[in-house]
Amino acid sequence: MTPLARHRAALDLRRRAYEAGAGALPALLVAARQLAETVRMGGHGRRRPGAGDDFWQYRLAQPGDPARMIDWRRSARSDAAYVRDREWQVAQALYLWADDAASMRFSAAPGRPEKAARARLLALALAVLAIRAGERVGLAQPGAPARPGRAQLMTLAGLLARTMTQGAPVPETSAPEPAVIAAHSRAVFLSDFLSDPAPVEAALAMLSGRGVQGVLLQILDPAEEDFPYDGRTVFEAMSGGLRFETREARDLRARYLDRLAERRERLSRAAMNAGWQFSTHRTDAAPQSALLWLHAALERGV
Amino acid sequence: MLVLGPLGFTAPWLLAALAALPVLWFLLRATPPAPVRRRFPGVVLLLGLDDTDAQAERTPWWLLLLRMLALAAAIVGFAGPVLNPRPSVPATGPLLIVEDGSWASARDWSGRMARIREALNAASAAGRPVALVVLSAPPPAPPAFSDAATLARGLPALRPAAWEPAMTDPARLLPEGKFDTLWLSDGLDRPGRGALAAALEARGRLSVWQPARPVAALGRPQIADRGVSVPLILSAPATGRYDVLAEGPDPTGTMRELARATVDLADAKTGEALFDLPAELRNRVTRFTLDGTTSAGAVALADDTLRRRKVALIAGGGAAREGLALLSPLHYLREALSPTADLIGGTLGDALIARPDAIVLADVGTVAERVEVLKWVAQGGVLIRFAGPRLAATDTAGDPLLPVALRQGGRSVGGTMAWGEPRRLAPFPPGSPFAGLTIPQDVTVSEQVMAEPGPDLAAQTVAALADGTPLVTRASLGKGEVVLFHVSANADWSNLPLSGLFPQMLARLVASAGGAVPGAADLAGQSWVPVRLLDGFGRLSATEAHAAVPGAELAKGQPGPDLPPGIYTAGNRSVALDALAKGRDLTPAVWPAGAEIEAGATVRPMPLKGGALALALLLALLDVVAALWVGGKLRGRAVAGLAVAALAVGLAVPAPAARAAETAMPIDRAVAAASDVVLGYIPSGDDQVDRIAEAGLKGLGQMLAERTTVEPGAPMRIDLASDDLALFTLLYWPVTALTPAPTPEEYLRLNRFLRAGGMILFDTRDADLTEAEGAASDAGRQLQAIAAPLEIPPLAQIPSDHVLTRTFYLIQDFPGRYDGPIWVEAPAPDAEQAEGMPFRNLTDGVTPVVIGGNDWASAWAVNDDGSPMFPVGSGSAGERQREVAFRFGINLVMHVLTGNYKSDQVHVPALLERLGQ
Repeated sequence: MTPLARHRAALDLRRRAYEAGAGALPALLVAARQLAETVRMGGHGRRRPGAGDDFWQYRLAQPGDPARMIDWRRSARSDAAYVRDREWQVAQALYLWADDAASMRFSAAPGRPEKAARARLLALALAVLAIRAGERVGLAQPGAPARPGRAQLMTLAGLLARTMTQGAPVPETSAPEPAVIAAHSRAVFLSDFLSDPAPVEAALAMLSGRGVQGVLLQILDPAEEDFPYDGRTVFEAMSGGLRFETREARDLRARYLDRLAERRERLSRAAMNAGWQFSTHRTDAAPQSALLWLHAALERGV
Repeated sequence: MLVLGPLGFTAPWLLAALAALPVLWFLLRATPPAPVRRRFPGVVLLLGLDDTDAQAERTPWWLLLLRMLALAAAIVGFAGPVLNPRPSVPATGPLLIVEDGSWASARDWSGRMARIREALNAASAAGRPVALVVLSAPPPAPPAFSDAATLARGLPALRPAAWEPAMTDPARLLPEGKFDTLWLSDGLDRPGRGALAAALEARGRLSVWQPARPVAALGRPQIADRGVSVPLILSAPATGRYDVLAEGPDPTGTMRELARATVDLADAKTGEALFDLPAELRNRVTRFTLDGTTSAGAVALADDTLRRRKVALIAGGGAAREGLALLSPLHYLREALSPTADLIGGTLGDALIARPDAIVLADVGTVAERVEVLKWVAQGGVLIRFAGPRLAATDTAGDPLLPVALRQGGRSVGGTMAWGEPRRLAPFPPGSPFAGLTIPQDVTVSEQVMAEPGPDLAAQTVAALADGTPLVTRASLGKGEVVLFHVSANADWSNLPLSGLFPQMLARLVASAGGAVPGAADLAGQSWVPVRLLDGFGRLSATEAHAAVPGAELAKGQPGPDLPPGIYTAGNRSVALDALAKGRDLTPAVWPAGAEIEAGATVRPMPLKGGALALALLLALLDVVAALWVGGKLRGRAVAGLAVAALAVGLAVPAPAARAAETAMPIDRAVAAASDVVLGYIPSGDDQVDRIAEAGLKGLGQMLAERTTVEPGAPMRIDLASDDLALFTLLYWPVTALTPAPTPEEYLRLNRFLRAGGMILFDTRDADLTEAEGAASDAGRQLQAIAAPLEIPPLAQIPSDHVLTRTFYLIQDFPGRYDGPIWVEAPAPDAEQAEGMPFRNLTDGVTPVVIGGNDWASAWAVNDDGSPMFPVGSGSAGERQREVAFRFGINLVMHVLTGNYKSDQVHVPALLERLGQ
């Protein structure tokens, strides 16, 4: 077997593993867990309450309390029988939206991750943190309601990795589905927000009315922020649907940057109006910084 | 052809296309560079933006300029530019090519052939009929004009003659009608040239090609007082250094340079090379040549005038008594002269018939055959007389065979009955033939004959005693001279004959004898047979079927077709006839004003088409890069890649190979070569062949280590320029048609290697088809060219009892991949089979070369895993052949290492028998 043929066979095997979802899922999960671990170990260390496990008080047993609820060790120190009461806790729900539109499949330099990959990674890392904290996590799209527990983590990872598998349809644009987000929960939207911002603004308005608080994180490739092009260029959208031809790309840079700033301003204002927070993240920066910011932003909101 | 200054164009109308360049300017300007396509998610943000600056819409001016330059270079290139064009004449009609074909043409013969070929090609292209006349071998009838291509086929057979063209009647030489002429002259003027030139001019245009350098030739070597003098004659005054070589066989019979003399000319037409050679060396000189000139005129052959002298030794007083040989007056003379001269004994009358160069009369009082001797001396003989009791007692008054008048009786000094000490010798005067000889301090004279004082005595004295009395006197007589030693030829009167000075003095005297060129009278009346003839290039080769020439013709010394230069013999006398005619004064040719002269050494026309087209291509490549850059398609890594590619292309252009300076052998390499028996191979110029050679020597080395006590190290590739060949014993030299010939320094090293007992195995790898086809293969020709300067003894096909057949294995075949004959040093012609011995004792020592075409390395070659690299033959017969090939290799290495040890083994039975007694 020649080295070339061997290489081809390995590629084929890997492709089939991706198709089965077996390759991406654990890798994404492991990466997200590692990322979440760095946050937990960092300065933002969270105290460790057990969900519903916290001791609240001892009270005298009342008639009607089941016998198995009596704390016998406490009761043995006195004549009365005591019942160990726990704090009643309602878990928070977190809804994640990682944009998987075609424009997210962009990376201007080899070796730099696509925006979509970065978004998925951050989303899953947040999910790991939240589930570890006992909260319920779901996706802001139909078919992924918020649930607690590790099993949910696997479900989320599977859903997030779905668009990574080859051959999966890539939607031209996508938007969060505000209907599935429960009231008074938390939401995190990860996207480049380059497509029409109107659906996002509409969703924000609707969600703020329901008491949902959240975070917008704009993930951009450095090329999109810097616009390092010149010469005669035809720019095409990732899906190929849109084209724009210029004779001197360098000349457009300033105006492009203005438009980008304007878009950010609009998003930022929309977020502020809804009581949300807005930030940007470049794919050439470390994901930890973005995760830290997301974590802090969600903490603040709590 | 259009000619602009030094530039000419073969297709000038193409240059009109240059006028279209401005049109191109406008065409190119309108075309913007092609856009780059990029995927970019932010395109939505760009929609609706307008271009403000239209700079990139048009091609930048410098890119336009680049493109127009490229196009202009291409147009100029296709227009066929030629630097220094040869003015082409729109010639039609027949063309006559006249070649002098003399020895003076030989030095630049290849240039002449190239010029003739060029003229023939041009004529062939123009459809002109051509005829060729070589003046040194004029055709019997005027040549007919014929097709140029037919003539071109006969060109390689054309050779320069070793003589100059004779005067020919132009009418008998030239064809009828009008024609143009190209005359390739040797640059020398000679009678009849002007007439021929005038006749040619009358028929049409005459153009003359002649070399720019003056012609140099060597004249007849002469014996001068101090040695051999060879005149150098030039056709025009020149300044420079000329080396004259004296060549002759060395003791092994190989021709080599025996001496070298340098002539420095400062705007002079003639010079003289002086060789001061010991008699033994001088006797070996066969010819003098001008270094670096291959022409018969640059060769002067040595003949009897330089050879051993014949000296007659005559003693007075009849035959010496038997048993008193040491007292014989001739004993010391014989001892002194026999190394350098042929001695003739007998009576004076007999000796004169043998025409000696010198006659020594020891203590002869009165010469009986006075008239004959006088005549002989007048013709150039040297008469050397020694004094003695008889001469002292004779009344010699008026004897013409004595240089000075003698007093009767002589004198005795330092004897028992005399006063005073024995006399020592005074230093030789500068004009004396003995000048420069060292006088030993213990040479004394106790008795001598005394000369009568006279006005001429001082001038005639060539050696004197410390008190001024003459010891040796000399007088000229006709062409010859008479020399008198005032002491006896034996040790009675002085101990001069016992000293080393005595043979030196005699050698000088004898050398000056007989130096005269044999005159017409000497040669006439005899029929002289040529034995070795010179060709035009100055090579001497033996001849057999050539008619004898009468001596009178030879004496004129004018070589021609009927009298080719060379060595002629009659009886035991030999006479050399040089290519340079006797009395010839070389003068440069003068041409009529109407002739066009092309000097052979002027600048050659240099076509620039290739260069211009290459420039166009380079500019086009630059344009590609520039267009990419303008289009924004060149960034970062792409630029770096292009730069690397450009650099690689630049480096790949073969720089003029810097000649590797001669360096010493690296010490670690020398140590490696010296610490083992190392088989070396000399690179053949073909990498594949070299690899096979290395693998072959490796395989042979493994076989040697397995089967014998020889355990060779890894084979080495020999670098002739630096390696010390003394560290190697056997060199394998695969020769291909591409094998470069070594430089002169490398030949010196190789010859030293061969002389010191090394061996080179030449392998032409062509199954020795040389013999089968009757003509050498490419490799064979290259081998001949390479081996010519090597000192290789005469070769013969290996005899069946050669020591190579039994140095380790008993073999009779010497196959490699092929099985052809091999050649080794020829056995001595007198090798005889000893009584009861199976083998002859053929040669002493190791044969310096083994030559064959059996491709041994391929048969020996092994892969890294030890398996054979190439198949040999087929089946088991082939494996057997490989085995024999290895056996041959082992025998060869054994032969190099042990010499003729196995040959000497034939004497073992005899030795054993003797020991047993």
